Amino acid sequence: MPHSVTPEEVSTPVEATTSQIENNDGETQMTEGTLTAAESEEQNGDTQATDSTNEDITMGDVGAEQKEQPSEESMTAETKPEVKLEDLFADMTSDDEFADPALDVKVSSSPPEAPFSPVHTGPISRASDSDVMRSFYQRLFPWRYLFQWLNHSPTPSTDFGHREFAFTLQNDAYLRYQSFRTSDLLRKDVLRLNPSRFEIGPVYSTNPRDRKTLRKASAFKPIAKELCFDIDLTDYDDIRTCCDKANICNKCWQFITMAIKVIDVALREDFGFKHIMWVYSGRRGAHAWVCDKKARLMDDQKRRAIAGYLEVIKGGTQSGKRVNVKRPLHSHVARSLDILKPYFEDDVLQGQDPWETDEKFARLLELLPDRTLNEALKKKWSSAPGRSSTSKWADIHTLAKSGVSKALDTKGLRDAQQDIILEYTYPRLDIEVSKHLNHLLKSPFVVHPGTGRVCVPIDTKHCEDFDPLTAPTITDLLREIDEWEAPEEAESEDKKLQDWEKTSLKPYVEYFRSFVLALMRDEKDVKVKREREENGEMEF
Amino acid sequence: MIRQDFSRIDPKRRTTLDHRKKQFATPTYQNLEYKHRLNFYITPPTADITLEQFEQWAIDRLRVLAELEACSFRNKSPSETAEHMKPLLQKYLPLSATSSGSSNLQAERQKDHYSHFILRLAFASTEDLRRRFSRVETMLFRLRFQADDLRDRGAFVESLSLDWETVGSEERAMYAPQLQAAGGGFPKNIEEESYFKVDWERVPELVENRRVFLKGGMAYVPGREQLSMVVAEFTSRLEKALELTSRALPRLDEDDRLTPILNHLSQNFTTPDASYSTSATALPGADISARNVDTLSASFPLCMQNLHRSLRRDAHLKHYGRLQYTLFLKGIGLNLEECLVFWRSSFSKITDDVFNKEYRYNVRHAYGDVGGDSNRRGNGYSPFSCQKILTEKRPGPGESHGCPYRDFSVDNLTALLQQVGVTDREVLKGVKEDKEKTKFHLACNRVFDYVHKQEIKKVKDDGTWTSAQLETLVHPNDYFKRSYLLKNLGKNPVEEEMEKVKPDVEMED
Repeated sequence: MPHSVTPEEVSTPVEATTSQIENNDGETQMTEGTLTAAESEEQNGDTQATDSTNEDITMGDVGAEQKEQPSEESMTAETKPEVKLEDLFADMTSDDEFADPALDVKVSSSPPEAPFSPVHTGPISRASDSDVMRSFYQRLFPWRYLFQWLNHSPTPSTDFGHREFAFTLQNDAYLRYQSFRTSDLLRKDVLRLNPSRFEIGPVYSTNPRDRKTLRKASAFKPIAKELCFDIDLTDYDDIRTCCDKANICNKCWQFITMAIKVIDVALREDFGFKHIMWVYSGRRGAHAWVCDKKARLMDDQKRRAIAGYLEVIKGGTQSGKRVNVKRPLHSHVARSLDILKPYFEDDVLQGQDPWETDEKFARLLELLPDRTLNEALKKKWSSAPGRSSTSKWADIHTLAKSGVSKALDTKGLRDAQQDIILEYTYPRLDIEVSKHLNHLLKSPFVVHPGTGRVCVPIDTKHCEDFDPLTAPTITDLLREIDEWEAPEEAESEDKKLQDWEKTSLKPYVEYFRSFVLALMRDEKDVKVKREREENGEMEF
Repeated sequence: MIRQDFSRIDPKRRTTLDHRKKQFATPTYQNLEYKHRLNFYITPPTADITLEQFEQWAIDRLRVLAELEACSFRNKSPSETAEHMKPLLQKYLPLSATSSGSSNLQAERQKDHYSHFILRLAFASTEDLRRRFSRVETMLFRLRFQADDLRDRGAFVESLSLDWETVGSEERAMYAPQLQAAGGGFPKNIEEESYFKVDWERVPELVENRRVFLKGGMAYVPGREQLSMVVAEFTSRLEKALELTSRALPRLDEDDRLTPILNHLSQNFTTPDASYSTSATALPGADISARNVDTLSASFPLCMQNLHRSLRRDAHLKHYGRLQYTLFLKGIGLNLEECLVFWRSSFSKITDDVFNKEYRYNVRHAYGDVGGDSNRRGNGYSPFSCQKILTEKRPGPGESHGCPYRDFSVDNLTALLQQVGVTDREVLKGVKEDKEKTKFHLACNRVFDYVHKQEIKKVKDDGTWTSAQLETLVHPNDYFKRSYLLKNLGKNPVEEEMEKVKPDVEMED
């Protein structure tokens, strides 16, 4: 097969080797976009990995700075031997860059206030400005909790070390199979590469960076990942009238709120999962991360089973009636219907008014089973243009009662109406994300490059209150740091605040922290228990 | 298993027997007694059999398995499969019920047991073979389990001693409505059914279809769903065992009597749905190029016509649509350059930059021009067969891939067929019936026969085509090829093509 390299393709700035990205799962991650990655990138990673074995493993290692320098040097030596280190990083306020990990690691230590230039944070700066992005990851991103979340314990383990990260670089190159021993190393690479976003993949059986050195390709396989769900408002385009495509407003965000309620309760009550985190995806949807150990270790078949259990709306726009649930309703569907009914009346019928015009209510009539009744409804609605969807919905009931249709199957009509409620409210999941162990999903707290909004967690207890349009943006946050002033009766010296604590990101990071702590506590209990059991057996 | 090297002491007998008496002793584990008709194949066979038996038994079982696999590829329903398999099973792998009192009972079961383990050896070597083997073995097991008489089955399940917790009558009464709803309204009276409580992960099949009630991670499985649980157990144990076998395989290499037989067996287990070779479809002289796709599309099967229409209507297709269509185009002989031209020009609403960034790579990947080593070596993916299309993800909102005969509602399907020129009432009625019986490929072939009825009659009358050339179509690319050949009968395809194909129905609607 000839390589059809076209000029457009070569023009991508950095480099050429496409070998970096292998599609080991061609279907789900057929990476779109040009794939670029310098070999040096990878080698750099390797040197880091080997170097870091010298480092102390614990998080609280303050001396990391000195030990990291050599690895940095070896990297630059490889790419451009003649350039001095200082020159290379001259524009990055180099000292803070590498002094910072230590600060980040120790909660109690204070971040330096002066060195960061406030220039970036002015109102004119765009969210995607790479410097703004970098300041965000440098100062606000909760690295420590991200690490604990994925590592499930304070000391680095393979849960974190063999986890795949994938970076989307500023030039849209997609860099897969990155892995890091600690959050510091991850943080450093994020600051160095300054990706527009990064994604989290599965934990592999070996370090993803070493995958090519293995003798057998089968020795490299994904073994664990959180069970994920992705809900995107674009999937609601055929029923939402307020916005379409990438746009959202508070009206259509209600669909996401409904979805969270329905899915969350099913995962908790039916499947018994406890550690479920919902995250705003930054633009027009939400992600769920189910982090229970049992969920993480599920194979694809089990993931598919859950996805299938939760999937009610099937088929494309051409498939006619898209909800066909069995009667009597399965307890999950019945419960969902109970949750969704009030939303249907308020947010769909009133908020969206989906059957306003002739062509729109034709869709509604398609879904109703009785022809005579449909004729009568059509007549009535055509003669009264602009009749609201709420009235139309009520008309179905009144006309059915008035006995227009002699052979009316009341039960059939009721079922059809239930199906319609479900079609207009039930969560539309992007099921592929949930089905596969090795699907990558954007990390929480990453900044959405298009909107500048931070992907903050949504507290399910108050998910009605979450407003995507007021979710913190990167520029606001950086401004808030600058505007922040220490309270007069400043607490004692040793209790300095972290940068995120000065901003509106605070409640979200705190929520994340409590979530992570609860998760770690559960994992620890399991470990202790198992050890005890093993000991018991040994004695026996 | 069939070691004849008498000079060596069998390690298992070493401790228990005086070596001087060894030759008179019978091995303690020789003849397993098969109490049940069904077998979970946990204990490997240890008795001696001849090489001929070794080979013959394996071949007999292989026949059965290959036929079973073929049934699933032809989309046969379980009852049809059972019907179809009955004579074959009787001939090659009979298994009588315990109650039949047949004198061959033990011999039959021994053959079943041994042949299973021989094939295990033959199919443990690669991941792909293992997966297929466990799939068909599971199908066979399921078939037999269903055919088993009740008492036998009960005793067999009992003997498995699976740890299922029985749901007490109090709990059963408490969740009665939920349990009945999960069972589709059955049982009418909750007392009539017994329930087990198991971790939901053990019955993923039932969970996926919402056929069980779930509470806190436990699935309440009704007694009648026993089948699915036993089968799941069977599969998981078999998979584990195959994995172990594959690791032990290298030690077999020294044996020059068994290895050739085993290799031969595994090679003969070819997929009936054999992957599609592009060379077989090459149409010499045909103008397969980007600008000619519109014209050619008149010969496309409905799934591809639908994709083509969606593409022309929206100037866009979603991921799976692109994949399915790209591979089909690759299959009809459109080369990579032309294919890129085709997609580029079809996505008329986007800029070159967006196209290069977001779509070019996928097309090249499908052709094996980029991607991992194996992808490039294998020239990318093969064009989807009907089987593949029918087992892939169903189209979601805004997606157009899949099989219209399955994924469209009857009304939309009829409308689409009428748009492409199928207006005959009988045909439409037939398609509707096929669809209701989920015989999607029959519907497709029906439409094919209708659209090409004159040509088919002609080649049949002339005797120019054999009946083999007109057998049921199960691949979109075969559909295209046959359609194209029929429409260009006895003509030089390039010259006559433009007049021959019927008016272009693709545009403007």
